[in-house]
Amino acid sequence: MTAFLSNLINGISLGSVYAIIALGYTMVYGIAKMLNFAHGDVIMVGAYICFCCLFDLGLHPALGVLASMVVCTLLGILIERLAYKPLRQATSLSVLITAIGMSYFLQNLAQLIWGANPKSFQTVIPAGSVNLMNGQLKISYVSIVTIAASLVVMAALSTFVSRTKMGKAMRCVSEDKGAAQLMGVNVNMTISVTFAIGSALAAVAGVLMCSAYPTLKPTTGSMPGIKAFTAAVFGGIGSIPGAMLGGILLGIIEILGRAYVSSELGDAFVFAVLILVLLIKPTGLLGKAVREKV
Amino acid sequence: MKTTKLTKYIRRYFPYVLVTAAFLICQSLISTGTMPRTTKSLLIPVCVYIVMAVSLNLTVGISGELSLGHAGFMAIGAFTGIVVAEYTGSVFSAPEWVQLLLAIVAGGVLAGIMGTLIGIPVLRLHGDYLAIVTLAFGEIIRNVLNCIYISLDGKKLHFAFNNMNIDGKLLFRGPTGATGVTRIATFTAGFLLVLVTLFVVLNLIHSRSGRAIMAIRDNRIAAESVGIDVTEYRMMAFVTSAVLAGMGGALFGLNYSTLAPSNFSFNASILILVYVVLGGIGNITGSIIAATVLYVLPEELRRFSDYRMLVYAVVLIAVMLVTNSTSVRGFFDRFRDKEQKQRKDGPENKTGKEGAHHE
Repeated sequence: MTAFLSNLINGISLGSVYAIIALGYTMVYGIAKMLNFAHGDVIMVGAYICFCCLFDLGLHPALGVLASMVVCTLLGILIERLAYKPLRQATSLSVLITAIGMSYFLQNLAQLIWGANPKSFQTVIPAGSVNLMNGQLKISYVSIVTIAASLVVMAALSTFVSRTKMGKAMRCVSEDKGAAQLMGVNVNMTISVTFAIGSALAAVAGVLMCSAYPTLKPTTGSMPGIKAFTAAVFGGIGSIPGAMLGGILLGIIEILGRAYVSSELGDAFVFAVLILVLLIKPTGLLGKAVREKV
Repeated sequence: MKTTKLTKYIRRYFPYVLVTAAFLICQSLISTGTMPRTTKSLLIPVCVYIVMAVSLNLTVGISGELSLGHAGFMAIGAFTGIVVAEYTGSVFSAPEWVQLLLAIVAGGVLAGIMGTLIGIPVLRLHGDYLAIVTLAFGEIIRNVLNCIYISLDGKKLHFAFNNMNIDGKLLFRGPTGATGVTRIATFTAGFLLVLVTLFVVLNLIHSRSGRAIMAIRDNRIAAESVGIDVTEYRMMAFVTSAVLAGMGGALFGLNYSTLAPSNFSFNASILILVYVVLGGIGNITGSIIAATVLYVLPEELRRFSDYRMLVYAVVLIAVMLVTNSTSVRGFFDRFRDKEQKQRKDGPENKTGKEGAHHE
């Protein structure tokens, strides 16, 4: 029972990271109607920046997190301006190939700068754990901080999207880009802000993920990126609560699958979930069905 | 009118001529002994990658669906091929060319079966979703291969899942893959496989089915409304592509003495996609040239290997930006218009996508 509970908590903790990454995917997909394949690699960049700040510059962990958020925000805006903006009218195939190219570019650039050898990430969260049930159930501080951070992020993002003027603009653009423009919404600005927020979240996710799983290499971000996309699809792409729910469920499925079925097939489980969801309910758990117009 | 027909003819058979000429040149260089050994070792992989690029181009260029799991089919073909070659070799003591032939056929068949099974769910989706699901299937194939153990005990093949304690000589052991494979792949076999691939793909493109596939790519709803069975034709392109990838994989597997499932990761799929994109999406000759040049160049320029993938990534983005930029397209259209004015009966090319192959 305690083993199950501890697996469940690990699952929720991993799922919270997926949820934060998935928020970036789902917002960009909802607004720009594109799959930002490079999102996973922004996570990796965020983790590296934080690593450099802590290890090379010896800064305070909070400053490291802040620095990685700033760098990733700028990176997200830059990527959007340089690579995606010229392709607004292009076919989805071209945009997807460009995004894959961007993902490859970031990975190889990171490899040139930081080398291919994995670095061991110095955790920004103190080690240790809270003992419950007479010490049988240990919950590490990393898990607690991860879950708490994701709750804060989700609450902040929900408020931003539902209460602020920019949030309203985002909802307009995701519904109908043309109509939003006619009503005076600055579409390009809105898309840039979306990329900025998504990338800042990716930086947070990168730091949290590397605190829990402390190996950092140029390909660190690609697998969690793809899994987070799975989470976004699972919850219904374009839907912010869906991304949170999908992320947490996916984390639980992955950890329980690894623990009780086969440790080598953990990734296969996640992808099997993606395929099943797309076949049974293509709009995801909380997604809205969109009629195809002829 | 005559010239157009002639150019059409030349255009259609150009890939065969190109490949045959390259083969003859290579053969004559080998027989005179002027080809360095390092270059010689590249010949079979080049053939395999041409097959992979041309078959992926069938899915991406002709059928218009981005598949990111092409290396998965290659892996199935490779390991099926290795097991079949080993089995027929030691049980029936078949001559090497028979082993190779059977391995390639078996690799193609098994990849085709997997392609069909995967195609049924995948082809219900479109665009980005389809791409990500093919990626997922590629990863699942690799994950499952990591857990499979196959051994040959006398005349019996044993299969095991996640358990390496099985009788007989282990042919395939999960994450380690296949070791001690007899390298029976030959350059001539590679050349013949390229010819077969070209024959299948070009004939498919120029047939009624091929036109249906391209119609679906250009406008699915319009194609459906004139009575084209969308699922059937998309499936045809997808499975053909999988079969060819499996055949290429079998040849690839029998060219190395050791091969692990990790050789067929997502990166391998992307590499093939780079060949297709840089050769021109939908352009078969382009795929052949791109696969050859991009495979041989980095091997020859080893000292730039650090920057190779970085350059690929930049080029991939640049090609997409340039081909989708209206000003660049307008610039090329001007030339095309001039050319068309000069020979008035030229093919209508204005609406074409970048580098698309026109009938």
